[in-house]
Amino acid sequence: MQIDRRLFIHFDWVLLGIVLVIASIGILNLYSATAMIEMAGIPYYLKQIFWLLIGLAVMVTIAFVEYRYYSDVAYIVYGVALFLLIVVLVYGIMTSGAQRWVRIGPFSFQPSEFVKISFILALAKFFHRPPDRKGYSLKELLLPFLLLVLPMVLILKQPDLGTAIILLLVFFSILIFVKIRWFSLLTIGLTGAAAVPLLWSLLKGYQKKRIITFFNPDLDPLGAGYHLIQSKIAVGSGGIIGKGFLKGTQSKLGFLPEQQTDFIFSALGEEWGLIGSLLVIGLYMAFILWGLRIAVQAKDRFSAILAFGVVAMLFWHVFINIGMVLGMMPVVGIPLPLLSYGGSFIVSTLIGVGLLLNASMRRYLF
Amino acid sequence: MMELNTQKMEDFQGKYKYLMVFVGLAFLLIFIRLWSLQVIKGSELRHLSENNRIRLIENPADRGMLFDCKGRVLAHNRPSFEVYLVPEDAKANPEVLVKVAEMLNITRDEIEEKIQAQKRRAPFRPVKIKSDIDWNKLALLESNRVFLPGLIVDVRPRRAYDYGDLASHLIGYLGEVDENELRQSKEVPYRMGALIGKYGVEYQWENDLRGVDGGRQIEVDALGREIRPLGVVGPFPGNNLFLTIDADLQKTAEEAYKDKNGALIAMDPKTGRLLAMVSKPSFEPFAKNISPEAWKALVENPFHPLTNKGIQGQYPAGSVFKIITAIAGLESGTITPNTSFPCEGAFHYGNRDFRCWKEGGHGRIGLHRAIAESCDIYFYQLGLRLGPDLIARYAHEFGLGKATGILLPHEKAGIVPSSSWKKKRFGTWYSGETLSFAVGQGYLLTTPLQLLMLISGVANGGKLYLPQVVEKIEDINGNTIEEYPPIESGRANVSQKTLQIIQEALKGAVNDPHGTGSGCLLKEVKVAGKTGTAQVVTLPDDFKRGEMKRIPLRLRDHAWFVAYAPFEDPKISVVVLVEHGGFGATAAAPIARKVIEKYLNLKPPLPSKTPEKESDLEYAD
Repeated sequence: MQIDRRLFIHFDWVLLGIVLVIASIGILNLYSATAMIEMAGIPYYLKQIFWLLIGLAVMVTIAFVEYRYYSDVAYIVYGVALFLLIVVLVYGIMTSGAQRWVRIGPFSFQPSEFVKISFILALAKFFHRPPDRKGYSLKELLLPFLLLVLPMVLILKQPDLGTAIILLLVFFSILIFVKIRWFSLLTIGLTGAAAVPLLWSLLKGYQKKRIITFFNPDLDPLGAGYHLIQSKIAVGSGGIIGKGFLKGTQSKLGFLPEQQTDFIFSALGEEWGLIGSLLVIGLYMAFILWGLRIAVQAKDRFSAILAFGVVAMLFWHVFINIGMVLGMMPVVGIPLPLLSYGGSFIVSTLIGVGLLLNASMRRYLF
Repeated sequence: MMELNTQKMEDFQGKYKYLMVFVGLAFLLIFIRLWSLQVIKGSELRHLSENNRIRLIENPADRGMLFDCKGRVLAHNRPSFEVYLVPEDAKANPEVLVKVAEMLNITRDEIEEKIQAQKRRAPFRPVKIKSDIDWNKLALLESNRVFLPGLIVDVRPRRAYDYGDLASHLIGYLGEVDENELRQSKEVPYRMGALIGKYGVEYQWENDLRGVDGGRQIEVDALGREIRPLGVVGPFPGNNLFLTIDADLQKTAEEAYKDKNGALIAMDPKTGRLLAMVSKPSFEPFAKNISPEAWKALVENPFHPLTNKGIQGQYPAGSVFKIITAIAGLESGTITPNTSFPCEGAFHYGNRDFRCWKEGGHGRIGLHRAIAESCDIYFYQLGLRLGPDLIARYAHEFGLGKATGILLPHEKAGIVPSSSWKKKRFGTWYSGETLSFAVGQGYLLTTPLQLLMLISGVANGGKLYLPQVVEKIEDINGNTIEEYPPIESGRANVSQKTLQIIQEALKGAVNDPHGTGSGCLLKEVKVAGKTGTAQVVTLPDDFKRGEMKRIPLRLRDHAWFVAYAPFEDPKISVVVLVEHGGFGATAAAPIARKVIEKYLNLKPPLPSKTPEKESDLEYAD
């Protein structure tokens, strides 16, 4: 395949720059947050650098392959991802009560991370055919629904409530982005509301407890509410200027749960205070608004929806994760892109960035 | 490869604005929340994060020591070895509990119970298993330490009173701080379970004695494991108190009581400093909470061991009060030293016979003999001429009827009745009551300390000194923090001439051939004193006082004796009360004698030569 020189001219350096800055902060913060964790083998931040490099390589590759190819293989990729979800349920590794990992050689990875990308791909493929003047009808939305429900059920079975919620939110975000009929929207909304009790009954005990304690954390300060309380203490104790790099006590002394993954933002807030938090939040906002711009300026429907799907995924990750860390939302396992530790997650995030870059630099082509 | 579809792209562009606003609002929400947590609640949450990680390991201060006036140690702190167990560490090896239980001579269940009782403690917090183990057990535990993970032996200061129950009422006792005291101690708060002075000097000088507890701040992780030390504060030991009492004299006084009950106070009449303060029965000072059964036994003991009778006990003054009646008579000009009254053993007044203690009477008797031989009928007649209010006035002159102001808890004020006092409570004063009042019975109530003030005032030409028990306070380095110089708290408005007459009569009571106080007679020095008997119940008119020993102990009269010596230059004044002791002359005077002998450093006479004259003075008052 020949690479067009114009691609380099139109390469989205701004997006790459934002991503690299956030990722660097992420490494630094991870280094500090895990400085006290005694662990055999390679420290977290080195592993994260390794995965970051892999992810950047994948990102560049993804960016330079013409996205029309992705359109051709979208449903196949979706199918493979679904297959992996079944594999993980059968052969997956159990860690802390959930079966989320598959081992391939020396690496283990989380298929649910790649399901998010393949799901977006499949939806972009489906919606690239425009609706009639009034928008998509309910009947037309049947297939996208199926595309949502299949992976969601498999993911809830692991169980991984966080990823399931992301899939759901990305799905509705895309529905809003493409035009659907008012009647369809209303029906989906009402059906969704009616399904809440059903979903509630599907939740595991600890998931229900987390949601209950979110609304009243004092109910169980040493149990499920502990995470919320300690996280708020960590962020709040940072104050305006923070306790300083490597000086966070909440993260160092083990008062934060999962401080390297879901609660990484508490460590940041504790050590860098309001100033550091605002800087990172500003970067995320720039990241998302820039991605939104890419989506609306895209050349065609497929790349626009693809880019929008990725932006929606990133937005919900950031919003729910930080909201949870700040005690605005129940504790659900949704990591923070580029800050949380996790190989599969960083690679899937960077694949998404690759797709954004791809759409961005090809908006003047074809 | 599929064709690019570029239809209806305006659907997307039309939503751009709204999507940007949505993202903006979402981030605004996050910003507001961050502001609220980090700026508005920042310092509060900072405080919580500090609480999370910082633990204070208390290190209680040594309580100030108590010395007597010669520097002998009355109370100090000895090391006490306390055994703790960290259940998290000990649980690794189930053998630990068994071994520790065996070495401490307790059962395994007892240990389990103590751990269970503190179920809600922070992880890795040690649980106290046993306090104050002896050296043998300590050696056993220490030598097996390697095999006992989770075992901690800590040294804590524990209050020790080497003289046992000596001066227990004066020294007082400690107990665990209660809710009330916790609430009141806002400035320098007590921790739960701290010991606080509850009685006596330990209570009164609590703030000087307690010192400032120290502690070691450590940083712990979420599991409570120590990460690093952060700092050590104090402790700063309490200040030492030098009491005015002399432990030797105190011992002599307490021993003189044998198994009798009552109170004795000795004082330097020229300074107000107490030389001995005895209350019987005494109690073993307990510097920790004693068992509920032992406490109940103390509280319910009919002889009130927990009461310092010298300041809390209120009794009729008996014949000791004749000093006041005499002074009132002389000062008001109602009598002169030469005025005499007849005594025929009984005095008919109203439709009742008022008896003299001496059957058959004293005959015609003047003031000197009336005091020395304690003639009741003389004072009945004098009292009738004075009336209650004049007597009360001179009682007040010597501080009766109000607390002396000694710095000890729960001092009682006593009662000096008068016609207006009675009117307020019961109604009209009957003149028959004046007769009782004149000889120290009836409504009159005094504490032993008040009678000591009276006799000291007489000895001292009317000058009254505030009774004091502490001479000075020193800090741990021996620097004087506070001194308590003698304070003249009042002066009885009585002429020196009157006082001289009284002094001579009091000398006569001890030294004259028929004096009632001869039980306190000393060869080397002249003692002045007065006996007294306080009625517990009103006995029938025909009751012969010589038969006192036949009635139940709890109904027998209390015996009084007040004295000072040497007569020419008083160095010590004493009040002795023997509860249910019968007559002051027989029961109380010999005790006073022993104390005066000891204090003035006189050789005690051989016991065989000076019997306590019980037979001679069987019913002298």
